[in-house]
Amino acid sequence: MSHVANSKGRGGFIAGFLILPLALYLTFVIWPYIQTFGYSFTNWTGQSPTFDFVGLDNYSALLKDEVFRGALLHNLLLLVFVPTVTILISLFFAFMLNAGGRSGAGGVQGVAGSALYKVIYFFPQVLSLAILAVLFGAVYRSDEGGLLNGFLSKLGLVDPAHPIEWLNQPNFVLWCLLLVVVWHGVGFYLVLFSAAMQSVPKDIYEAALLDGAGRAQTFFKVTLPLLWDSVQTSAVYLGIAAMDMFVLVSTMTSGQFGGGPDHHSEVMATVLMRNFLYFGKAGYACAMGVVMLVLTLILSAITLRATRREHVEF
Amino acid sequence: MTTVIKAPGEAAAEKRSAASGQPRGRKKSGSDGMVLNVFSHGFLAVWGILIILPLIWLVLGSFKTDVQIGESALSWPANWHFDAFPRAWNKGIGSYFANTLIVMVFSVPLTMLLGSMAAYVLARYPFRGNRPIYYFFVSGAMFPVFLALVPLFFMVKRLDMLNTYQGLILVYVAYSMPFTVFFMHSFFRTLPTAVHEAAVIDGASHTRIFFQVMMPMAKPGLISVGIFNVLGQWNQYILPSVLMQPQTGSDPERYMLTQGLIQLQYQMGYETDLPVLFAGVTIAMIPMLVVYLSFQRQIQAGLTSATLK
Repeated sequence: MSHVANSKGRGGFIAGFLILPLALYLTFVIWPYIQTFGYSFTNWTGQSPTFDFVGLDNYSALLKDEVFRGALLHNLLLLVFVPTVTILISLFFAFMLNAGGRSGAGGVQGVAGSALYKVIYFFPQVLSLAILAVLFGAVYRSDEGGLLNGFLSKLGLVDPAHPIEWLNQPNFVLWCLLLVVVWHGVGFYLVLFSAAMQSVPKDIYEAALLDGAGRAQTFFKVTLPLLWDSVQTSAVYLGIAAMDMFVLVSTMTSGQFGGGPDHHSEVMATVLMRNFLYFGKAGYACAMGVVMLVLTLILSAITLRATRREHVEF
Repeated sequence: MTTVIKAPGEAAAEKRSAASGQPRGRKKSGSDGMVLNVFSHGFLAVWGILIILPLIWLVLGSFKTDVQIGESALSWPANWHFDAFPRAWNKGIGSYFANTLIVMVFSVPLTMLLGSMAAYVLARYPFRGNRPIYYFFVSGAMFPVFLALVPLFFMVKRLDMLNTYQGLILVYVAYSMPFTVFFMHSFFRTLPTAVHEAAVIDGASHTRIFFQVMMPMAKPGLISVGIFNVLGQWNQYILPSVLMQPQTGSDPERYMLTQGLIQLQYQMGYETDLPVLFAGVTIAMIPMLVVYLSFQRQIQAGLTSATLK
């Protein structure tokens, strides 16, 4: 390295290679991030070039904003359920894939065709959320043409004359969206956990099996602790996804930028967008952005701390 | 904490003593495995169906008539209509597709080039400020994009680049930077120094070494990040929906495919022509399906390793 470090033209080369990426990144990412904090203390509408400094007014207005408080609550609900449900299902399937096979002479085995399963499960991950929104918009249709209603009425569980209005039921709408996120995410986390399980040396499993451990015991005492790092990372990622939810809510539910019926599916991102692009309250929307950032950071910190375990080397 | 440390050694010892009281033969565990095997295949198949069924159902819908879609969800297309596809293409899917391609043809290579340049210098040239700049780049991945949205809109507006391809290209490149730099940085670090030094002794310039020695060597890493960026930018919705709106009535629509699909959803709900919408989604899914099936291994490996790092 020293050789390289001292050769000539080095300084110019470094600067030349860094200048463009840095300039772009500063202009479109960092500077807007910083500006948000500044704008959040103003009553800027986004229309006029002038605005006043209003201190913490936007933030105290946020506290009183019923819609925003509801949205925050929904985000917190999703934050609990999205990671829990997704991780539990993916762990279950990953274990099935890797240890659910016939145990022959070689000890614990994966099921036959596990590669095919993985190919299928992972596919939703490459679809855009917009495709998902249209797809599930159709699945949840409020007449017999919806896959869910059609299926349930075939089974006789739903009266064909009065199908369920999934996305218009105040009590259902959030859970309907949750199902979409889980449907979308399980494949990815399953592959992730599966890769982590495969990197555990086979002889650890064999030893556990020889020692008479059942599958459940093997899972809880051997697999899970060794996977803890991946579970933790996944929780953070899923938590961040649960803080967003903009695409699904804004496109699948009723209302300007979604959130309906009657704000029952509102999330912070949709309230932010509505205030910014529809009500023209740029400063207020910036304050929401800041709140989202603070919450994201707190939650990542909590997740990382709460799930901290001794790291296992193998 | 303790359970982990206990798990491989002590816990096994506990089980051993437990097992000696109630011996388990190979045969027994064999038949256990049999039951479990059927059991796991059952669950796995159900989930597989849950994934595939809605997708196939949607594709089938594009061959039905609007009336047939509304009547019953479980009907097979009565007589196969293929006209929804050309109609969807002409309703805008064709141009949304083209818009997305135009942007990506520039944004992905540019992301890879600029991201690799920065990552390379930061990974292999110690200089003052190296670490801060690296963390500066990488930290961008931690923040929600919503934090930047309002000022970003006005920044792009001030540059007179709202609803332009070049505006979106630059924004895509900038927002792909944290991950690309992060990933390529760790990749360039693993490349051997010996080759580099040999090139230096041969009198190659830094730039030449980068393009002719290091980039070819980094190909596997570039492919992984490349796929990641292609998927990420192709599926992006929030950035284009803020930045790619016609600003005046006479402005042309330059919607990206994701935006266009949602647009089509509103439009078709209004015009009650759902087959067109379903055909549009099917068209949008096909390239992803092709890319996925051809790079399935790399995509799974790339995305999972990216997450774990």
